[in-house]
Amino acid sequence: MQLETLVRELKLKVSCAEGSIKRDVKGGYVGDLLSDVMANSKEGDIWITRQVHQNIVAVASLKDLAGIVLIQGSEPAHDTAAKADAEGIPILVTDLPAFEIVGQIYKLIKP
Amino acid sequence: MRESPKFEKSFDVEGGSFQNAGNVSGQIKNILKDLGVSTDIVRRVAIICYESEINIVSYAKKGTITLAVTDNAVKIETKDEGPGIPDIDLAMKEGYSTATAAVREMGFGAGMGLANMKKYSDHLIITSEVGVGTCVKMMVMNFPKLLHPDLPVVTL
Ligand SMILES: Nc1ncnc2c1ncn2[C@@H]1O[C@H](COP(=O)(O)OP(=O)(O)OP(=O)(O)O)[C@@H](O)[C@H]1O
Ligand SMILES: [Mg+2]
Repeated sequence: MQLETLVRELKLKVSCAEGSIKRDVKGGYVGDLLSDVMANSKEGDIWITRQVHQNIVAVASLKDLAGIVLIQGSEPAHDTAAKADAEGIPILVTDLPAFEIVGQIYKLIKP
Repeated sequence: MRESPKFEKSFDVEGGSFQNAGNVSGQIKNILKDLGVSTDIVRRVAIICYESEINIVSYAKKGTITLAVTDNAVKIETKDEGPGIPDIDLAMKEGYSTATAAVREMGFGAGMGLANMKKYSDHLIITSEVGVGTCVKMMVMNFPKLLHPDLPVVTL
């Protein structure tokens, strides 16, 4: 599924790298521990997290993730946003808590 | 027999510099892609390199990461000036961490980094002197040795 479609269907707010949302989402990964995400996420995953520090951009870029979803209305830190724009890593924001947004994403990409 | 690398480069990593953390790993990933190293190897090196870089940033004053690419392996060697690791076996245990509250706040400190470095490399050797620093040597084989028995053996 296209990231753009997820954004539209789930009313996600595109906070960074709006120009890079036409990409394929192959799966998803949830985690707030960067070493866990580093080891276990897969290329093309959408990553759901509450971390807003700029290190999330490096992890998403190194792992070729499709994008990052921040939960409960968390906005990326200032440096995070600048880095995500520069590297073309989409950061999306939802007001929902992790359990709910993950359930909705799962329903859309693993029907 | 020690093969001479077809590519070698060292990068400096500054301790405490979380705003640049991951930059060296990103550069190394791009170099490997340009050299035509297979995607699977690039992914594994990206993981071990990032964990090494974060450990230098989290625990050491400063360090270097050296990338060496030969025909049949990618090697990552890190050297840092820092507190050293008093008990390497303990540090290798998944879940063991001395990360500060500030470092944990950023999502590090799960105690998984060294375990990941071991899991995603084919060889890992750590040497450390308390009060001086730590050296980690890792190697990822470029293709299964068994399928190419006539290739020279690579040593760390
Ligand atoms: N370069 C180093 N210098 C000094 N101590 C280190 C170094 N690398 C690791 N350590 C010690 O080993 C422990 C375990 O390291 P490891 O990378 O496995 O986990 P972590 O850094 O604590 O958490 P994570 O990597 O999951 O974010 C560290 O908490 C630290 O005490
Ligand atoms: Mg670590």
